[in-house]
Amino acid sequence: MDTSRNALEIMDLTVAYHNKPVLWDVDLSVPEGILLAIVGPNGAGKSTLIKAVLGLVPAAAGQVLVYGKPYPEQRPLVAYVPQRGSVDWDFPTNALDVVMMGLYGKVGWIRRPGKNERKLALDSLHKVSMADFADRQISQLSGGQQQRVFLARALVQDASLYLMDEPFAGVDATTERAIIDLLRELRSAGKTVIVVHHDLQTVTQYFDWMMLLNVRRITSGPVEQVFTEENLHRAYGGKIAFLSSSSSPPAEE
Amino acid sequence: MLSSFIFDFFFDYTFRTVALGSLVLGFVSGTLGAFAVLRQQSLLGDAVSHAALPGLVLAFLISGSREPAVLLAGAIAAGGLGMLYVTMITRHTFLKQDTALGIVLAVFFGFGMVLLTYVQRLPTAGKAGLDAFLFGQAATMLVQDVVVMASLGAGALGILVMLWKEMKLITFDPHFASTMGFPTRTLDVLLIILTVVAVVVGLQMVGVVLMSAMLVAPGAAARQWTDRFNKMVLVSGLIGAGVGVTGSVISSRVARLPTGPTIVVILSGVVMFSLLFAPGRGIHFRTRIRKKQRWQFAAETLAVHLLNHEGSPEEATENSLTALERHLGWDLIFAQRVARWAVVNNLVSQTDGSLRLTSLGRETAKKVMVR
Repeated sequence: MDTSRNALEIMDLTVAYHNKPVLWDVDLSVPEGILLAIVGPNGAGKSTLIKAVLGLVPAAAGQVLVYGKPYPEQRPLVAYVPQRGSVDWDFPTNALDVVMMGLYGKVGWIRRPGKNERKLALDSLHKVSMADFADRQISQLSGGQQQRVFLARALVQDASLYLMDEPFAGVDATTERAIIDLLRELRSAGKTVIVVHHDLQTVTQYFDWMMLLNVRRITSGPVEQVFTEENLHRAYGGKIAFLSSSSSPPAEE
Repeated sequence: MLSSFIFDFFFDYTFRTVALGSLVLGFVSGTLGAFAVLRQQSLLGDAVSHAALPGLVLAFLISGSREPAVLLAGAIAAGGLGMLYVTMITRHTFLKQDTALGIVLAVFFGFGMVLLTYVQRLPTAGKAGLDAFLFGQAATMLVQDVVVMASLGAGALGILVMLWKEMKLITFDPHFASTMGFPTRTLDVLLIILTVVAVVVGLQMVGVVLMSAMLVAPGAAARQWTDRFNKMVLVSGLIGAGVGVTGSVISSRVARLPTGPTIVVILSGVVMFSLLFAPGRGIHFRTRIRKKQRWQFAAETLAVHLLNHEGSPEEATENSLTALERHLGWDLIFAQRVARWAVVNNLVSQTDGSLRLTSLGRETAKKVMVR
């Protein structure tokens, strides 16, 4: 198989906390141009998988290739949307400034972002319908709006591969809609998006591919092949009873 | 007062030295302290300054000299070592950073006190004055001391300005910074080293015990006045410098008033004032807004109630204050106060105990119902 055509290739990735494995021998091939959801129960290692790909948590073993090369060589091709709760939103800054931070890598050491960066950041805020809030202090934004600012910060990086950690967690319907539109736009532009997701009900609707994860990779592939009762049972164990009773919503994390 | 201040500044050597020293110290520690406050590492300064004490005394014991450069080098080394321990403790044990800071502070300071007591029993000349580092002794400062302080401070601030956007980024979102290829850990350590330098700069003036106030207080006060990062750091530096000079002026006017503690007391006053009265974030301001919102909401509820019954047969009974008690569960006194608020704000008019919407009140009620 020609792996260089894959946006992301994970081989034998193992992450451990002391002697307790958080991820065990995970393989994953992500072809270019798809929307992939990483799904699994709490503590399955979904966020850890993304963080290990980005080198934010050390891997005990394994290899990660982005477009055929190790991640450190391909950084500019990868954009990361952390969980919203990972920063202090009382930080003294506004939405536009947060988005401009996405360009600090390109601006390079010591130099300051200028007019051009401002314009790019504003365009990016526009894409998530947040241009009117550019000057707003970030603590004054709603949760959904904060999430969209984070998305805009990733968009401005103009990457090829996007890794998003629970962008749908605790957002309003408007934001959920906006994110989905954005994901589809990214896909039509040939980008690849990997999303940590925990709402089983919307997976088939929003994503092309899914990966079921519970410390080990249960399975991955096109949603229609992966989203079966048997696979879900293997990932969630007995906790999946609600699925057969259909309409009851899954528990929030 | 001002003219004599200016006169002294040019002609009184001691006063000029102290004023310049506190200006430099206030600005450097205020600027770097803003970062510590934003990084939620306010305790860091306290641990660094206490940890510096054994370094100071050891530097004196080994070199036998009281040269400020030598003593400060010892202080920087010990402060840095303390921070290294804090990092190691948090990384390799289950203890959190606040505990690690507490441990390092106590152990280093305790060791420093032991050394200090030992040195004071030595018959060596020149040992005098080392204990001044506990609470600071501005009056003993020489021009050379200010020069050392200023060059250390300028170096630290120079590095900070050069790496401004990098430092801001690791303060707000270190994980994101590292995905863009910035060496977050190295920058982290560098920022801590700069903070150690800022602390050491102030030791002679303010002393190890009170130094952390110089670091944390200006940042805490500055955050109240602005929502912009650059402005906050600058305001923090200016508060530090301003209070530094003010404190040294006051302590030079009043006999037997120590400079360092005076500065810290004024600084606490500035923090109190900022917490209470800053527009937007101040407690006073927020309480006022909340009170206003409460009356506004009640008055809007009243307007909606009146609108619902406007033109209906029961209007005559529903627009009395007693009807509010029955329908909205308001007691008569509260209803009266709401009605008064609504009348003053021109939402409602009141004749013979019956309430009637004004045109503004009607519009407001309609808007509220849509919302």
